[in-house]
Amino acid sequence: MSRSINVSLIGNPNTGKTSLFNRLTGLNQKVGNYPGITVEKKEGICKLDRGFKAHILDLPGTYSLNTSSLDESVVVETLLNKHDKDFPDVAVVVSDIENLKRNLLLFTQIKDLEIPTILVINMADRMERKAISLDIDLMEEELNTKVVLVSARKNQGIDDLKQAITEYKNLTVAPCLNASVIDVDYFNRLRKTYPNQLTYKLWLVITQDVNFGKIDRGRDNDLDRVKKSSFEIKSEADLKRMQHKETVVRYQFINGLLKKVLSIDTINAKDLRTKLDRILLHKVWGYAIFFLILLIIFQAIYDWSSYPMDWIDESFAALSSLVSDSLPAGPFTSLIAEGIIPGLGGIVIFIPQIAFLFFFIALLEESGYMSRVVFLMDHIMKKFGLSGKSVVPLVSGTACAIPAVMATRNIEDWKERLITILVVPFTTCSARLPVYLIIIALVIPDRDIWWIFNLQGLVLMLLYLLGFGAAIFSAWVLNKILPIDRKSFFVMEMPAYKLPMLKNVGITVVEKTKSFVLGAGKIIMAISIVLWVLASYGVGDDFNNAEQIVIQQTAGQDLSQKELDQKIASYKLEHSFIGYIGKGIEPAVRPLGYDWKIGIAIVSSFAAREVFVGTLATIYSVESSEEETIKNRMKAETNPILGGPLFNFASGISLLLFYAFAMQCMSTLAIVKRETNGWKWPAVQFGAMTIIAYFASLGAYQLLQ
Amino acid sequence: MGKTIAQLKRGEIAIIKDFEETDVPLKLLEMGCLPGNIVTMMQSAPFQDPIYLNVNGTHLAIRRETAQKINVETYV
Repeated sequence: MSRSINVSLIGNPNTGKTSLFNRLTGLNQKVGNYPGITVEKKEGICKLDRGFKAHILDLPGTYSLNTSSLDESVVVETLLNKHDKDFPDVAVVVSDIENLKRNLLLFTQIKDLEIPTILVINMADRMERKAISLDIDLMEEELNTKVVLVSARKNQGIDDLKQAITEYKNLTVAPCLNASVIDVDYFNRLRKTYPNQLTYKLWLVITQDVNFGKIDRGRDNDLDRVKKSSFEIKSEADLKRMQHKETVVRYQFINGLLKKVLSIDTINAKDLRTKLDRILLHKVWGYAIFFLILLIIFQAIYDWSSYPMDWIDESFAALSSLVSDSLPAGPFTSLIAEGIIPGLGGIVIFIPQIAFLFFFIALLEESGYMSRVVFLMDHIMKKFGLSGKSVVPLVSGTACAIPAVMATRNIEDWKERLITILVVPFTTCSARLPVYLIIIALVIPDRDIWWIFNLQGLVLMLLYLLGFGAAIFSAWVLNKILPIDRKSFFVMEMPAYKLPMLKNVGITVVEKTKSFVLGAGKIIMAISIVLWVLASYGVGDDFNNAEQIVIQQTAGQDLSQKELDQKIASYKLEHSFIGYIGKGIEPAVRPLGYDWKIGIAIVSSFAAREVFVGTLATIYSVESSEEETIKNRMKAETNPILGGPLFNFASGISLLLFYAFAMQCMSTLAIVKRETNGWKWPAVQFGAMTIIAYFASLGAYQLLQ
Repeated sequence: MGKTIAQLKRGEIAIIKDFEETDVPLKLLEMGCLPGNIVTMMQSAPFQDPIYLNVNGTHLAIRRETAQKINVETYV
């Protein structure tokens, strides 16, 4: 039997913690969420000597145990709750050699919690170049712990670390400094009131301001009780002053320590970072470079990914016809060929785009550039009630709103975070793309403007700008009307530039794509099947005797068998369950320029936008799911009341606007519900976006027709 | 009449003197923004906000409104 040790990796952001985690666990990891909240939880298994196994938990990066964001409160919760299944047997604090002083602050706090702690000093390979030397033995003695030098990038020292983890029982749990000197009297009283509790733990419980929604992790222990107890005799300002004092005491200890153990030859020339920052943060070049990078990303997402996407599209269409040709005809075959396979295809087709987006985002994050973007954008975003940190979600939103909403977690201020979450679905996600492409192709002429711009391309770009514009504008409105106090502050480290590690980027892409496929995929799949059922079944004579009715109606017309079959399918659909729903909402959508068939497509795509095209294909009983065929069929459709083509300029623009604004994504709503801890905000979001979409489309159609 | 971090020019170095604890986020202290430590103004973002500092070896960005609350002495 192998034994498993719980290991928590803790450290400041940008210390190479993720690289170390990847080194220790390889692809042996999984990403989930903490119960009850959507903070990413990365876990992995690391094999140790003598049949030992380490269960490694990569905690979100934090500068201290004083929380100011949801990410950070997860760290504190994990370390304070002895009964939690993730509570570490040993904590591995990752620091980097160049920021040792700041990193040690967190280390001394964790040491005070009396958890066996190993100090890892990462990026040790830089020591020689930077002329840094460390007295490890003395350091171990002063800190009461094991110190391991590693280089996660160069794969050095990993075995030493594994060895240290295996021998964790030899570590002492004695703190390395006495934090209670900040107010001896207060800490003595604390100790007397709760004799069975660790004093420093009590102190953390009292001072933490965890206002990011309650973390429901199953067993809520006595934390709340202590917090609500009679011990709140210090005012908030006093507590803050004490925390301030604590920080000073810790830095005094660290400064003293580093004086003894660390020596740096400071003949360093002006470093690369300063030079690069001069350019990348320049008031003209900085923005120019950022937009150039965005352009490349968009190019990649929409151009390069079209090759694998076309291939996937064709493969699924081929598979679908193979199944319907080779299996005996019947409802089961039809379910597989028309429900399940196209449903799967609808998920798989997004993989190239999502993977490309995560690839670029991971590159930008890994290289340290993302923080520069945040820095460049903060002032502009602040005007709209957002934070510089909202840029990352808004950019991610162009792939998918789900990871984008999750990317808001590091925004400290609740109001800024909430606004970001609420407006992110306006950005043009990749699910809108199929709808946009087909409608643009139908109603916008394929014409060049000044030889270089294509009119259809320009319209697509306008739609993207419209998405961003809507997001920014609604943020501004929300900032004005939401009655939430802001205690907005903005403190962000500007990390050193690094060459991204391909391994890290690769693992991120694989993990994020997987979680998209499994998360959003399930819902799209389920909807595809429900749709198939609604479209394939109905009640009454019209549905059951569709064949005879159509044959009677068309008697005398010289129809081929194929034409007849399509007429029957269409008639059946009209009288299926979904047909009735579509007709039911027709009065509501007619002013927008739609007929009941488009109504059906809108209803079905309320769950996920990309279903729109597929539904139209079914409604028009187009046999091949090739885009060209669907397009031709749509082109031939006439307006039942006004005559003329149904998809004309007015109704096309109306549809584009509807899809630009409407909140048609159940998966996003589900994520918003989890991030905001309730149904209130997703409901507001859904209602408001649908109303905006309806009136925008109504206005456009009525003006243009 | 004191000078604050917000008034430093690009490349200027100063020593942090004091600030009102309740005005400055704790996180900033944890990053090493403590009285006695050296701060260098690296540069301002376009539109002069936020600003980019090197405090005690850590490169960090803060908003101008926060910087206005931290008094410094010019380093000689």
